[in-house]
Order: sequence, then structure tokens, then C-alpha cells
Amino acid sequence: MQLSEAWLRSYVNPDISTDKLVEQLTMAGLEIGSVEPAAALFSGVVVGQVIEMEQHPDADRLRVCQVNVGAEELLQIVCGASNVRIGLKIPAALCGAVLPGDFKIKKSKLRGQESFGMLCSEKELGLLAEAHGLMELADDAPVGVDIREYLSLDDSLIEVDLTPNRADCLSVEGLAREVALLNNMDWSITAVTEVPVAHEHTLSVAVEATAACPRYLGRLIQNVNAKAETPLWMQERLRRSGVRSLGPVVDVTNYVLLELGQPLHAFDADKLTGGITVRYAKAEESLSLLNNETIQLDPEALVIADDQQALALAGVMGGSFSAVTEDTQSVFLECAFFTPEAIAGKARRFGLHTDSSHRFERGVDATLQTRAIERATQLIVEIAGGVVGPMTEVTTPASLPQRNAVFLRRARLEKILGLCFENEQVVNIFQRLGLSVESQADGWTVVPPGFRFDIAIEADLIEEIARVYGYNNLPSHSALMRSELGLVSEAVLELDRVKDLLVDRGYQEAVTYSFVDEEIQNVVAPGIEAIRLKNPISSELAVMRTTLWCGLLKAALHNVHRQHHRIRFFETGLRFLKVDGETQQQKMLAGLVIGDVTSEQWGEKPRKVDFFDIKSDLEALFTLSGCRVNYVPVVHATLHPGQTAEIRSAQGEHVGWLGMLHPHLEKQLGFDSQVFLFELDQDLLLNKRIPAFKPLSKYPSVRRDLALIVEEVISASEIIECIKSSAETTLQEVTLFDIYRGKGVEEGYKSVALSLFLQDDTQTLADTDIEAVISRLLNLLATEKNAKLRD
Amino acid sequence: MSAILEEILAQALQELAAVNDLIELDKVRVHYLGKKGLFTLQMKELGNLDPEQRRSVGQIINQAKDQFQQQLDSSKETLEKAALEARLASERIDVSLPGRGQATGRLHPVTTTLRRISKIFASVGFKVVEGPEIEDDYHNFEALNIPAHHPARAMHDTFYFDAHTVLRTHTSPVQIRTMESEKPPLKVIAPGRVYRCDSDITHTPMFHQVEGFLVDTDVSFADLKGVVYEFLRAFFEKDIQVRFRPSYFPFTEPSAEVDIECVMCDGHGCRVCSHTGWLEVMGCGMIHPEVFKSVNIDSEQYSGFAFGMGVERLAMLRYGINDLRLFFENDLKFLEQFN
Repeated sequence: MQLSEAWLRSYVNPDISTDKLVEQLTMAGLEIGSVEPAAALFSGVVVGQVIEMEQHPDADRLRVCQVNVGAEELLQIVCGASNVRIGLKIPAALCGAVLPGDFKIKKSKLRGQESFGMLCSEKELGLLAEAHGLMELADDAPVGVDIREYLSLDDSLIEVDLTPNRADCLSVEGLAREVALLNNMDWSITAVTEVPVAHEHTLSVAVEATAACPRYLGRLIQNVNAKAETPLWMQERLRRSGVRSLGPVVDVTNYVLLELGQPLHAFDADKLTGGITVRYAKAEESLSLLNNETIQLDPEALVIADDQQALALAGVMGGSFSAVTEDTQSVFLECAFFTPEAIAGKARRFGLHTDSSHRFERGVDATLQTRAIERATQLIVEIAGGVVGPMTEVTTPASLPQRNAVFLRRARLEKILGLCFENEQVVNIFQRLGLSVESQADGWTVVPPGFRFDIAIEADLIEEIARVYGYNNLPSHSALMRSELGLVSEAVLELDRVKDLLVDRGYQEAVTYSFVDEEIQNVVAPGIEAIRLKNPISSELAVMRTTLWCGLLKAALHNVHRQHHRIRFFETGLRFLKVDGETQQQKMLAGLVIGDVTSEQWGEKPRKVDFFDIKSDLEALFTLSGCRVNYVPVVHATLHPGQTAEIRSAQGEHVGWLGMLHPHLEKQLGFDSQVFLFELDQDLLLNKRIPAFKPLSKYPSVRRDLALIVEEVISASEIIECIKSSAETTLQEVTLFDIYRGKGVEEGYKSVALSLFLQDDTQTLADTDIEAVISRLLNLLATEKNAKLRD
Repeated sequence: MSAILEEILAQALQELAAVNDLIELDKVRVHYLGKKGLFTLQMKELGNLDPEQRRSVGQIINQAKDQFQQQLDSSKETLEKAALEARLASERIDVSLPGRGQATGRLHPVTTTLRRISKIFASVGFKVVEGPEIEDDYHNFEALNIPAHHPARAMHDTFYFDAHTVLRTHTSPVQIRTMESEKPPLKVIAPGRVYRCDSDITHTPMFHQVEGFLVDTDVSFADLKGVVYEFLRAFFEKDIQVRFRPSYFPFTEPSAEVDIECVMCDGHGCRVCSHTGWLEVMGCGMIHPEVFKSVNIDSEQYSGFAFGMGVERLAMLRYGINDLRLFFENDLKFLEQFN
């Protein structure tokens, strides 16, 4: 809430600066959002009164005035304003005054007549954006007094950002209580004068929803002059609290809300039919609100109704039909206590948030209603007149919030705060907080007052002691509790290591949003059901990603549009799937590569990155974990049909994809060069094999090279797998070192050159042994893959 | 010495003097010392002499040969030296030219910051734990003492999937999940992505938090203060001023906001700290008894503290980044700055 510092200081006025006051409140847990001056800076302006006035001899529009500014002699000031007249009190800027905008007032001559100052308008003092004529001050304005003092312009607007637990500070009185506490001072409570009852008319009040509305007070005030003007002081206090003046009756309800923290509502009594009922709305019922919106009510909405219709959304906002207007003559004033549970969430359901709902859902003092309605009555009568009727009250005591005693154990207080307290210290803090406290042998029994909704358990009391004692005065330890050796799993590769490897291989880490554009995702990951946000921030961030590619492609495009032609991105994070109705959140690692293998460099021909460049990056990753995988040619809707591999673990689990973005998507998404993508399941990638030592052979290893002719459709890995499946115990390793097509090899065939490394643990292999192995392998390859030895 | 021999020697030395490179030199060597070389032939002819002459003539031939050999060696050395000089000269490169090959990339500044935070806490035994990002209402709110319609929910700007499923608004649910499955003592930090339905200059709908908590038999607010002080000093690598302000979070009590002296202006007041000299960097407090109750930990036996901080915020302060949105645009000009 925002309020005027001067208003606050009218309750309690510690001898400290605004800065110090703000710091005090901040450090007591009442965060200050902003502090703004109530008026622009100016000086040297006092209350003046025009005593004599003559027409300027040489200018039709100017008057030569003799002005009393509280000095022994009258001051001659030339003035051109149309409303200047004898007897008028006005702000007079003296010689030496400085007005807003650094406008200095000096002795001057206007058409030959000397002028020793200037009479001012509101605009010239920076109080209003526009003004017509001089600012007219009240007849009782004290001549000679500095205008800043007279109008209380040396005021600050303090914006207090209260946390939801501190509803007790949502009023000037509440803040005054806190300021008094912090300065160890007393504060003066608002004096309320009860206006005598002068007629006997009442409206019947029936409370059906007693649990939601434990107390309802109402009274009729007749013969009100709703056209009366709200006095300047009230208008100013409202304005400085950010509340617009809307006529005396509404102004008073708003004023009391700010002053005491009690929301009130005024109905135009002549618009009501029959009595007042506090009830839950009926289905199909609707209500036109003061903000000109019409809401559809339902049985969860608490309303104030007359015999005919719902009049107001209880505790939130009044209806337009029964609103007080300039023509209102009779007012029904409502002052109720609605429980926080009954109001919480109600305003939000209808997209509303009002000063009233804000207070009720956080908790209004349930003992405050009588005082508040008397205060509002008093102010309405003072400003707009009116004849006051008797108070109608419906209270259900059993539903009123109970303030149970809370016991604070000394031992607990000292354990949690790490500090010992004197008994008097604790008692003093509680008393100054307005809590009733009784010392016991091992602690304190405390009963919180009605305005504290946040004190129900022991921890709440500990917090209050800590807060008032000062968090920064509490001790600080650097002991870090007991330590235990942590478990370090070697079977899981750390993701950090994987990231480092990719960074070392030239990849840049990206972080993209977890929600993406549904349209793009449908293109990039068709046929996968995405989880949809109910309240997305925009349609471009509406569904959860089913693949990290969406974000990487968007990030890549962002850079392509900024003249980057070589991009290597990776990202880690969750993707979100719906599998058989269940949400799955799967940790992924994805990458995107565009452009040349390396950045442009001297002495090397640039080469476009290809499938195998990326594959080597993935192979490096899998080497880290020792995870053995196969690259199986498959079809993936997003990828080039001839350059797509599904990566499968040795056990056949799906680890991920590697491939080139399908050329038609490349164009559709707005790229102008090939895009390579990969995405891996982190859990499978990071699943590390713990190395198992194998003794080294003492005997030499033998290499035999084979060139095999196979059909094009036979993949390199099929051949290698076929060889590895042979169960030849001396075969240690197979590597591929060449693929040849062309002269000497028939069309539709290719020559695959392999090296076989043979070694035995127990003997040096003889040529005959080696020949036997090779011959068996060739037979196997011929049978299984129709492979022939190249001539 | 015979006239022939003298002539051979003179010619040999003359040829040596004319030699320009090592190949020519070798030809000269072969011409005189090879199997059919002129000196070799002279030696072979010794066999035709009588034994007495053979010895003296042999000596003379050897003297001539030695003389030639000496000159040959010296020429060879000179030529080899010249050849090496020539090679070195021809192989001179401009060492200031850039190296070739793959350049290294960089980690995202959020990752770098998270790693620093994790490393600092891991050094005193905090364990890193992760949790789901699509979270149920119970773990994100209820178990953290934020029942339905609690005003604190309005501060969270939650993304919903349905009435009971949300994108986690903070990393605090990991606190609940950990305490549900593990027993104290606990020392845990939980980094990760969090989501709020809010997007403007100072808010992005996704950002990162680190939640940390410690539960043991004798944990006090003083321990919390100590850990937070030490962390902030370790993170900013300076003896920074820290203050604790009372605040409110439903899941801690007492609760505090932690401010540090503005690192941009050293507390003198600037645009970044709204001229207050202080910057809010984390929220913290003693774990609320209701939270312990929801995870069946006896709050009489155990107490604990929890804290949470925004990773982007810390990264911005640490590296002087002035726009939160840059973190998620992935502009290479931005990312490449964080070595």
C-alpha cells in the first residue's frame, strides 16, 4: 500500500529522517517499494493576502497589488491573473524564491511598475499539470507561513510492499503501531465520535452464510448531500495514497479503509428492495460490477443481495445498480467481517483484485467493525450531512476467528535463534507488539490480538522475537554441522564431463525455453503428443517440448539471421512426453551443427560438415562412458532419409538420433544450408561401464588386411558385426580403413577394406593358425553377407 | 710420389674445390675412392710391385689418399652446413599466423554460475539433487504450507496444465521430495529450471534457481546466517557486506531476504540497486514445522534451514550483464563472451 508519510506521522512522529524511517521499516520486514516526494521541489513561497489592488497604468491586463506576506510592510507585486481580487489569499513567491524547474524569482519591472515577487497558480508550484488563474487558499490560511508547511507539501509518498502475513499493516493505524514499536514510542489511536442516532429506520439483515460472514453491521444514513465536496485534506490524503476522489460517501469508505484497514461499502438505499441477505449466489445469477463488467456467478461466490438480486460480490466489489451517485440521498452503509477462507481466491476467479479483497483475504481485525462504521458515519455526516439510523448487527460468535494462546518454550526459542534472552526482553517485545503475554517457568504464554492473523504456532512467536530483536543482531555461526563422506557412483558419467567434451570440440552451450511453438514442434516432431499449458504466455510458448531440437533450431535461426554461417550448439534438459496418459520427463542432450567443419582459416580449404564429423563427436561421447552403441539406418520424419541413424545400445535400447535435417524442412524453417541434428537420452548416455581389467598377452599381435566385395545395401557395421559374431577367440579387433567404388568393382557393389588383428594369450600364432581363422571368417562372410574377397 | 699419383691428387683436390653440393661431392668421392676409383686402382696396382717397393709406394698412395680424404671431409662439412642453413632459411614461417583446427566452444553463463554455486556447497558436503519440472500441486504448494487460495500463490504466477499439475514455480519441491525419501541429517542443493507466467524486461517465463537446505538435530538461525554469509563471500570472492531482512515465505519461519552491498557501486547507490546501495540476492529461513509435518520429520528432534536464489540474477551481478532476456536468446555474440 501507498501512504503519505505526514499522515503516518500524525499518529506517531519519531525524531528520525524519512530515510531512517524507511530503513527501519525495511529492516522490520516491511519492504519499501519506493519513496517519492509529494510535490516538486520549490522554496520561498508563503501564504499571502491581497490588501490593495490598482489597475496598471500602462497595461490593461495587469494589476498592481499590495500584498501582505506577514512582513511589516506590504509588498508590491504585479499580477496578470484574472481571479486576483482584494482579500484573496494566494501563494506568494518572494524575491529569491526558486520555483520548480529552477525558475528564480527576482525583483523586476513590468511596464515601468516595480514588482517584488510573484503570485502563483497550482501549475507554477508544480502541484497540477494545468491551472486557470491563481491558486486560491482557504480564508483561514495563516499569512506569512511557508506554503510547503501550510499544504504539508514536505511529504513523501511511501509505497510499502507487504508480505501476505502482515495484513495488520495494511492501514495507517497498523503502520503507526509498527513505527511506534520500532521506536519504543506510544502512538495515538484515531479518535472516533459516535454520531447520535436520529431516526429509527433500518433494513433487515439476514446472514445465511454465517461461516463466511461471522459479523455484518449496517445502518441507514438519510438526507445525505452526495454532491458535497470532499475536504482538501481528505482528498490530499487519498490522492497521496493513490486513490481518486469519487464523491464524499465513497471517499469516506476508502478513507476509513486506509485509516483503519476495514473495507466498507455504501449502497444507494433507495435502489434496494426489501432487506439485505448475505448468501452464496445461485446458479445462473449474474452481477454488473462497479467496473462495468458483468460476471456470471455460481454457488461458490458469496454475495450481498436484496430481496430481488445480488448487489455486490461480498468483500470484493460492489454492483453498479446500487452504487452511490451524486443523486443519492439515502445511504446503506455496510461494514462486515468476511473470513479469509471465504474471500481467498474469489477475486482472482473473476479476474479481480481490489483493496477490499486484498485485505479480507489476508485477514481484517474481526473486532474492528463497530469502530469502523462509527468512524465512517462520523466522517460522512461531517462532510455530507445526513441523519443517522440505528446500527443493525448480525454476529455469529462461533464463526469469529479464535485467538488461541500460544506457548513459547524458552529452550526452543534459544535453540532456533542460537541466543539466550532475558525474560523481560521477551515480555517487552510481545507487549509492544500488542500481544498479551504471561511468563511461565519455562517459557511464555501469548495471546495474539485480533489484528494478527499470522500468529498461531510457536514458530510465529520466534519469528516476532527475531524480527524485533533484529536479524542482523542475531548471532552467526560458521560451523557447518556434521560431515559424512558422500557416495560417488562410478557407474554414472557426470553430465558436466559430457558438456566439457562438447565445448572442447567446438560446441557452444545453449539454453532455450522448455515450452515451444506448437506449429514448429508439429513440423519438427510430428505425431508426438505434446503437453499443453493451460495459460501460456503466448502461442509461441504454448506446449512443452517433446524434443530439444525445436529450441535449438530457433536459436540457430536467430544467429543465421545475424550473419552467423557456422553454428555448433548443444543443450541439455528435459523433454516432456505423454505416454499412455502418463507424463514423462526425460533428460536429453541435443545438438545442432551448421556450416563448415572448422571456422574459416588460412591454408585449409573450407569443408562443409558432414554426418561423419558429427558422428565422431558422438563417438567421443560414448567413449567417455564406455557405452557401446550401434548406428542403424532408419527413417525419421524430420531427417534426410539417406542420412539418418538411430543410435541403439548393445542391448537394443533407443539411445537417440543422428541425422541431417530433411531438405524440405530445411527450406520450410528458413535455413539456407544443411543442418545436422542429434539428440540422446542422457540416462543411457551417462550409464557408464566400470572398466574391467583384462591381462595383457605376451605374444605378438598379427594384422591381416582384407578387401571384400559386397553389395551396396550391406552396411559397414553389418560386415564388422558379422566378423565379431564369429567367436574367433584370437580375433582382437576389426577396423575399417577404406571403402572403394569404381574401376574393378562391379556397379552396385563396393569394396570394403578391413584390418583384422589376431593375437593369442598362450602362444605365438603360426601362419597356419592365421590362415585357418581368415578362411573361416571368409566362409562366414560369404554365407551371411554374400561377401567375396576382392581379386 | 709418382707423377701419375701427384697428378691424380692434384686433379682430385681441384675437383673437390669445384664441388657445389653433396651429390657432386659424393660423385667425386666415388671417382677417387670407390671400388673403381683412381686411388683404389693405384692400390690395386701395388700387387704388381715387388714386396719392398710395395710398402713404400703403398705409404705414398695412402698419404695422397689421406690428404684427399681430409679435404673431402672438410668439403662435406662445409656443404652440409650450407645445406642446413638453406633448409632453415627455406622453412622459416610466420609464427604469428593463427593456429588451425577446431576452436573450443563455451558453456552457457547459467551453467558456469551453477557450477560455481554447486562447487562451493559441494566442498562442505552438500549433495546435488534434481527434481521434475512438471510438478504436482502438492509438492509445489501444499506440502510447502501454501494451501489453495493462499495469497502467496498470487506471488507465484503459476503455469498450469490442469487443476493439479503445474510447471514448478520454484525449486523448493525438491526439498519435499528429498525429505520424503531420505532421513536427516540432510545437506542438499537442488539447481534447476523454474517457471513463472510473467514476461517483461526484468522477467522471463523461465529462469534458474538453486534451492539449498540443511536438516540436522541442532540447526539454528545462526547456522543459516553463517552459511549464507560464507557462501556469498565465496561466490563474489570478496568480503561483501550482507544483511538479513525479515520477510515471509509460507515454508520457512523465521524467513529472511538477504541483501548484499551493491557490487556495481560498492554500496554507494546506483541504477542497478535503485540507489539503495543494497541488492536482494536470496530468500531463506528456518524450515517451517508444517513442512516437516508433511514429510513426517519430527520437528522437535530436527530443525533445518532452507534458502533459494536466482541463478541469472547472480550471473548478472557477477558478470555485469544488463538484460535478463539475453540468457535465452542464445545470440552467439552474447554466449561467446563467457570463457
